Amino acid sequence: MESKTKNKQTAVDFESCRLEHENIKADFPILNQTINGHPLVYLDNAATTQKPRAVINALIEYYRKTNANIHRGLHHLAEQATDAYEHTREHVARFIGGVDPHEIIFTRSTTESINLLAYSWGEANIKEGDEIVITEMEHHANLVPWVILAQKKKAVLKRIPITLCGHLDLSDIDNIITPKTKLLALTHLSNVLGTINPIAKLAELAKRRGVIVLGDGAQAVPHLPVDVKDLGVDFYAFSAHKMLGPTGVGVLYGRRELLEAMPPFNTGGEMIREVRFDRITWADLPHKFEAGTPNIADVVAFDAALTYLEEIGMDNVRQHEINLLRYAIERFSELEGIEIQGPQEYAQRGGVISFTDTEIHPHDISTFLDSKGIAIRAGHHCAQPLMRILGKVATARASLYIYNDKADIDALVEALKEMRRYFGI
Amino acid sequence: MSEPLDDMYRDIILDHYRSPRGKKPLEKADVTSDGSNPSCGDEIFLQVELDNGTVKDIHVDCRGCAISVASASMLAEVIKGKSIEHAKKIAEVVKKMLKGEDTDIPDDLGDLDALQGVRNFPVRIKCALLAWVTFMEGIKNYEKGHGDVRTRVSTEDYE
Repeated sequence: MESKTKNKQTAVDFESCRLEHENIKADFPILNQTINGHPLVYLDNAATTQKPRAVINALIEYYRKTNANIHRGLHHLAEQATDAYEHTREHVARFIGGVDPHEIIFTRSTTESINLLAYSWGEANIKEGDEIVITEMEHHANLVPWVILAQKKKAVLKRIPITLCGHLDLSDIDNIITPKTKLLALTHLSNVLGTINPIAKLAELAKRRGVIVLGDGAQAVPHLPVDVKDLGVDFYAFSAHKMLGPTGVGVLYGRRELLEAMPPFNTGGEMIREVRFDRITWADLPHKFEAGTPNIADVVAFDAALTYLEEIGMDNVRQHEINLLRYAIERFSELEGIEIQGPQEYAQRGGVISFTDTEIHPHDISTFLDSKGIAIRAGHHCAQPLMRILGKVATARASLYIYNDKADIDALVEALKEMRRYFGI
Repeated sequence: MSEPLDDMYRDIILDHYRSPRGKKPLEKADVTSDGSNPSCGDEIFLQVELDNGTVKDIHVDCRGCAISVASASMLAEVIKGKSIEHAKKIAEVVKKMLKGEDTDIPDDLGDLDALQGVRNFPVRIKCALLAWVTFMEGIKNYEKGHGDVRTRVSTEDYE
């Protein structure tokens, strides 16, 4: 695959997007199966994405030909494995805007990346009376660690509210981000509402007030071109498995001077320079934060996912999702009693379609759709405070990715119509 | 339509879901119990009026999926008029049935055996259990002499 078109415009243009013309699905073996007698329609991409053959093969090849522990062996395989692992780190650094590879820390997940930050940076920098600012639309991963830290340090947890349309309400931002604020931690793209937050604008404002900014990019990096320098964030976290890569690999980007000043999170092997019984010195970045044998194979295979996405081009990924989102919203308007949550403007939202039916519970929606081979998510999406604000106990959520097409949306909409007949609505 | 789906959403279940029994709130209740299923947000409010060891009347208000609403409605229908001891036995039978343990379904259980289809959907078993554990805990508290206290129950405590 090679990128034929660079599509920078945000206007909806179905025909010019190459993802509309190529059989992307054929690259994903798992999609070629039937579930409950129907072809699989996979619309649970905000939970995790499927893996292209290139990633699956990279994982198999690693174990067949390269497997060894890294960073200490003096044999051929150990060197190869180390090179492959570090190669992915360099690739990740390029993928998010060309940062220094020393600023890329591998973790288990976005959740672990944020916990690393809360326990290491938070422990060292948050004091009694300091303020930590989050938003009302955070995933528990970017919420629970800060609640715990604030409680432990007697710091104040403040939040940016959301508007009825699902945007951040910045009208009172000057009273939320104050001279006492030490950290602003916010999601780049909401996993429930689909909202794309104005993270660059907020980071600029925060920076002027000396506030450190963490972006939760778990839903953004897989779907948008992301340049952490343009965003102006100090820290940024995301996961491989939501962007075609294997599970068990998270990334924490952090500005070098901040990471260097931070104490280690996990301790033990790999993260040390010299150990005596009474004195230990830490390894340099990034190894200081990677204690123990890391998830080598999955990190190595993640490289193939990055390459796959680069060959498509992240602009095209974004364009494809805008196209499909527009088509989905049009088709959803045929459905009675179904309400989509979040902003309606395509330019300000990602391909996350949270919806509710006035009569049918999200779990019944999900079970019914599953009987038609359609995989969606139902529940609180690890955002219970947000659900309370929305006044919902749960929503159903269809989330898009590169291999989805109009036929998937059609299958979803037709099944939802049939569902209402089935439940006698 | 696939078979397991129809087996779970049987006509009897859908009938209870669309027109739940026990809708009328009680003016006088000896047992008051709130149940929730935090993982999916289902909530139930349950009141029982007792008369000489017998369930004279029962009110259930369940906000949740078709399975939790239907199961609560069936509970209201089958428990009314039964002695507390009998009601407890029925609740035990339902719990065993949902967990897939061997149990004979007595003839006087009305529509309850329609819940058997839920067993094919492990994540939904909690939905079906919600009303029953909420009822059982309420009765347990009543028997300890705490009938005037509102019982709070979470299905998370009933793995």
